[in-house]
Amino acid sequence: MADINTINKDFADLFNQGNELLLEGSSDVMNKTRKNAFQDFAKLGVPTRANENYKYTNLIPAFDHPYNVNLRYQQVDVDLNEIFQCDVPELDTNMVLLTNGWYYGNNKELTELPKGVIVCGVQEAAEKYPEIFNAHYGKYAKTDDDGLVALNTALAKDGFFIYVPKGVVIEKPIQVVNLLRSDRDLMATQRNLIVVEENAQAKIIVCDHTLTHHKYLTNSVTEVNVARNAIFDLYTLQNQHLNSVILNSTYIRQESNSNVLSNTISLYGGTIRNNHHVILDEEHCENNTFGMYLMDRDQHVDNFTSIDHAKPNCLSNEHFKGVMDDQASGAFAGRIFVRRDAQQTQAYQSNNNLLLSNDAVINTKPQLVIDADDVKCSHGATVGQMDEDALFYLRARGIDEKEARQMLMFAFAHEIIDKIRVEPLKERIDELVDKRLRGEISKCNTCAIACNH
Amino acid sequence: MLSIKNLHVSIEGKDILKGINLDVKPGEVHAIMGPNGAGKSTLASVLAGRDLFNVTEGEVSFQGKDLLDMEPEDRAKEGIFLGFQYPIEIPGVSTVNFMKTAVNEHRKYKGLDPLSASDFLKLMREKKSLVEIDSKLTNRSVNEGFSGGEKKKNEIFQMAMLEPKLAVLDETDSGLDIDALRVVANGVNKLKTRDNATIVITHYQRLLDYIVPDVVHVLYDGRIVKTAGKELALELEEKGYDWIKEENGK
Ligand SMILES: Nc1ncnc2c1ncn2[C@@H]1O[C@H](COP(=O)(O)OP(=O)(O)OP(=O)(O)O)[C@@H](O)[C@H]1O
Ligand SMILES: [Mg+2]
Repeated sequence: MADINTINKDFADLFNQGNELLLEGSSDVMNKTRKNAFQDFAKLGVPTRANENYKYTNLIPAFDHPYNVNLRYQQVDVDLNEIFQCDVPELDTNMVLLTNGWYYGNNKELTELPKGVIVCGVQEAAEKYPEIFNAHYGKYAKTDDDGLVALNTALAKDGFFIYVPKGVVIEKPIQVVNLLRSDRDLMATQRNLIVVEENAQAKIIVCDHTLTHHKYLTNSVTEVNVARNAIFDLYTLQNQHLNSVILNSTYIRQESNSNVLSNTISLYGGTIRNNHHVILDEEHCENNTFGMYLMDRDQHVDNFTSIDHAKPNCLSNEHFKGVMDDQASGAFAGRIFVRRDAQQTQAYQSNNNLLLSNDAVINTKPQLVIDADDVKCSHGATVGQMDEDALFYLRARGIDEKEARQMLMFAFAHEIIDKIRVEPLKERIDELVDKRLRGEISKCNTCAIACNH
Repeated sequence: MLSIKNLHVSIEGKDILKGINLDVKPGEVHAIMGPNGAGKSTLASVLAGRDLFNVTEGEVSFQGKDLLDMEPEDRAKEGIFLGFQYPIEIPGVSTVNFMKTAVNEHRKYKGLDPLSASDFLKLMREKKSLVEIDSKLTNRSVNEGFSGGEKKKNEIFQMAMLEPKLAVLDETDSGLDIDALRVVANGVNKLKTRDNATIVITHYQRLLDYIVPDVVHVLYDGRIVKTAGKELALELEEKGYDWIKEENGK
């Protein structure tokens, strides 16, 4: 097995040898950021467990594999629009596809978007809308802190870009389907940027999805800026396969009176690491960070979150719940920072876990760093088994044990699903989670929320 | 219909039931009284199939079948209903979904098709009015945030929905106000037929004014130490349990 130095050296070689391809087609700003990022990566490397923030997730086996890397957009030999048909009419979305981290070249035009809304690839955005792009790109996901972000920024070529202009309300959610489809094992680097301007409103659903059974590693970074009075929802559905690695870092910055809700639902994947960073950078923001993970077999999930109350009078609610079965393992870290002048902060956090087997493990760690004195904060973590009294109560009414367990697990998970602010999506996720808990989604060649092929 | 022979039950090595004998016939109402900790709830739980308890000796048959051999859900479908002394709150499980699943499991067991949504709602409505339970309660998660009395009413509502052959009501009267007590007792009486039987576990004679028992048993220290007609309840109400304890050497 390779050690971390070999892995880091391989990336250095890739960066140097592939430099021409890396620079090709990317804007100057992207390439300048890339150069700095690579220097940071050279210092940081892929995080190992010696890094306190990655204590519970060993990335060496994830990276120690001869992946293919596409530094150029690869033409797709089929029409992905044909393959992907939405079969849930109630869930009406503006859908775009990405393939292996790249904005798909034959995406259908989104005709129903309000005027001024932009949905396109990052490369295209950097070129066509430099004013918007340059104002935000690389501003929130700092490369000197996390080796994965540095690596992503060093290798970033494409991803999705969404821009919602001032005052524009997008009724229909935008659905981004990240497809992994390759005939070889593949590492994808995806870099996304979402800019929601003042008084705008948008809901984005991101689905991660594998189309073939190859081993995949995705290292994605999403930067989001939500301006004053804007309302923004980000739903992430991770539904890949046991041989995939999802490394997903999201950086959200909020301006005054903005309201953000994110809900990250991990249904299937071999190794999943979500880094979720929020900074409440002006007053009177509301942030809701929710997540749910349903893991079994040898799956691993690690949700690492930080909510930074940089300014006074903001409210944050964070709630993650997980159901762990078999030998599944997981971790949750919830950091809340309340900076010195962030008075009148309200920050709430909880993490609840249901362990269904003796071999499943979860490490949960709240961490509150509070430098202001007038704050309301609470945190709590629970790890428990199924409530035997409740189980007996259901069975005593004639409900068989399997169904009774199912009802209790579902009830446990539903609390997080209930936070979804798109009604048809909520119903769809309910169904999906019910199936997942019944063990009926084992392969995940079905799109998490809308698609059949 | 129910026959308990020399039932011994222990938990964590501690003997709790020490040789219970009890026969219940269709149409009968039995009351079981006895001091705190005597083993009344243990008996009820063992009948319903709670596996926390170990049956170390004895037999229980229900309608000719070996009850102890059955899973709790099968006992329920065979017609046993336990009204819990402490009904469990189950956040996130809606009462409607819970009852629909239970009713349909019972129907499946009998070889019947599941009820249609509208038939189910009709049944709910009918039974709700029987026990005068508010829709506000049945629209919530099972027992979540219910008051003590509301939980007890909800037990009777579930009983009405499932129409058991043998209902074991464990202190369904405690925590009920006078009106609720009357409603609950009325519910039980309305559900009574010649073919079903009821065991009421209670501390209070007042319930037995409404649900008139054929037999009253006193359970003390894991044994049934006295069995008589309904006048026994009155006597207990008057004299307490000391004389029972004395008679049994404590
Ligand atoms: N889960 C348990 N673990 C240990 N002991 C138990 C358990 N359940 C019951 N017991 C013990 O068994 C004995 C009988 O309890 P049980 O609940 O059957 O009494 P009861 O007659 O219903 O009393 P009450 O009138 O207070 O309801 C008590 O001593 C009680 O402490
Ligand atoms: Mg009791």
